[in-house]
Amino acid sequence: MKPFDFARAENVEAALAAGAAGARYIAGGTNLIDLMKLQVETPDRLVDIGRIGLDTVEEHDGGVRIGALVPNSDLAAHSTVRSRYPMLARALLAGASAQLRNKASTGGNLLQRTRCYYFYEIAARCNKREPGSGCDAIQGFNRIHAVIGGSASCIATHPSDMAVALRALDATVVTARSGGEGRRIALDDLYCLPGDTPQIETILDPGELIVAIDLPAPPPGRQAYRKVRDRASYAFALVSIAAAIAVEDGTITSARLAFGGLAPMPWRDPAVEAALVGQPAGTAAFEAAADALLADARGHGHNDFKITLARRTLIATLRDLAG
Amino acid sequence: MRITINGTAHDVDVDVRTTLLDLCREHLGLTGAKKGCDHGQCGACTMLVDGRRINACLTLAVMHDGDEVTTIEGLGTPDRLDPLQAAFVRHDGFQCGYCTPGQICSAKGMLDEVAMGWASHVSDDLDDVTLTDAEIRERMSGNICRCSAYPTIVDAIREVAGA
Repeated sequence: MKPFDFARAENVEAALAAGAAGARYIAGGTNLIDLMKLQVETPDRLVDIGRIGLDTVEEHDGGVRIGALVPNSDLAAHSTVRSRYPMLARALLAGASAQLRNKASTGGNLLQRTRCYYFYEIAARCNKREPGSGCDAIQGFNRIHAVIGGSASCIATHPSDMAVALRALDATVVTARSGGEGRRIALDDLYCLPGDTPQIETILDPGELIVAIDLPAPPPGRQAYRKVRDRASYAFALVSIAAAIAVEDGTITSARLAFGGLAPMPWRDPAVEAALVGQPAGTAAFEAAADALLADARGHGHNDFKITLARRTLIATLRDLAG
Repeated sequence: MRITINGTAHDVDVDVRTTLLDLCREHLGLTGAKKGCDHGQCGACTMLVDGRRINACLTLAVMHDGDEVTTIEGLGTPDRLDPLQAAFVRHDGFQCGYCTPGQICSAKGMLDEVAMGWASHVSDDLDDVTLTDAEIRERMSGNICRCSAYPTIVDAIREVAGA
């Protein structure tokens, strides 16, 4: 690990002051420390935000406000999350290991980095880690990589399960900024596609701090989080789906769908939901939704299977919820 | 900084790069917790911090000023084994033993999580948890055993859980 300066912030204001001076925030640290050991991340300064509060889940405006420092395990176990947002509890429980969930924070989970092998290997070329160096994944081992939303510069996927559920639930990220107003950023707008700047992953300003995640009232219908992976436990998604589907008298009346493992960000496509709403709940609508999702999908060799896998997983999920 | 490990307070001054695992192993002589992968993937370093199981390799010691840590040395002694330690011996829940301190600390934390009613990925009902063998295996998936003593690890944990 490269040397760095370390300080602990006692409150949000102190954290923001440190952030404005160039310090990186560290909360659970389960991803950042991993990357620092490999010298993929080499911050000069860290500010520990683990004790600035922001660690409660509260009723808020018909939904809930999740503090950015709520650990993943506590969020999954929270009674309101279990009863009203079960897809979120399921997504969290499908991610990582119990030890990691006990440490990982909500905000940190959103901002975790890709697990692309070439991003992690500093001897490899990676435009995300070293802009302009090239991408060894596109012609390399790309079984875990994106089939939607990638670019000629980068085909890395976003690894979070939690963020997939939050996107299906219309989450809003609440931030604080030093010397300025905080922002409310729809999760739909937080992440950037790689284009030719894959090192830019979100629209957050330097030093901008996520303080909470707001969820509106849950969507109507039944919820599920379905994850397909190489092992039964403790593995990243090859394909995952967060879904809430409502059916009345055989007709789909509401559909919320977000996808993990397929794209550089938790993916949501209005065309997928439009292909379902108003249609009879059945194979024709489910197939149309899969067609919409995968219209522009493109494999890179090892990950070609994800296109078929995504189609089958989507149809199976819809059949379970609405069939 | 001051950190309490197994009931003993330590005033320590270490390089900020020192992980909690390295603090225990290299500075305090507590070599029970093991360094396997050093990247949070194997669970051999599992400790209880303020009662919760975590990977001690993926957290900096300086992030734990004021915390209370329990390592395998704090759970029991050769003369007074923790029930989980005794059950691992009785059921032969290991071969080489390298992962065992992490397995046992992890199991300790896991049983507390079950007692709090926390569901897992394999729970059918998020509100009603019964500790089946499938639940034990899922909840212990953050602890790898390269000797593959998993069946007897599950036996040991099941016995202590009374499941």
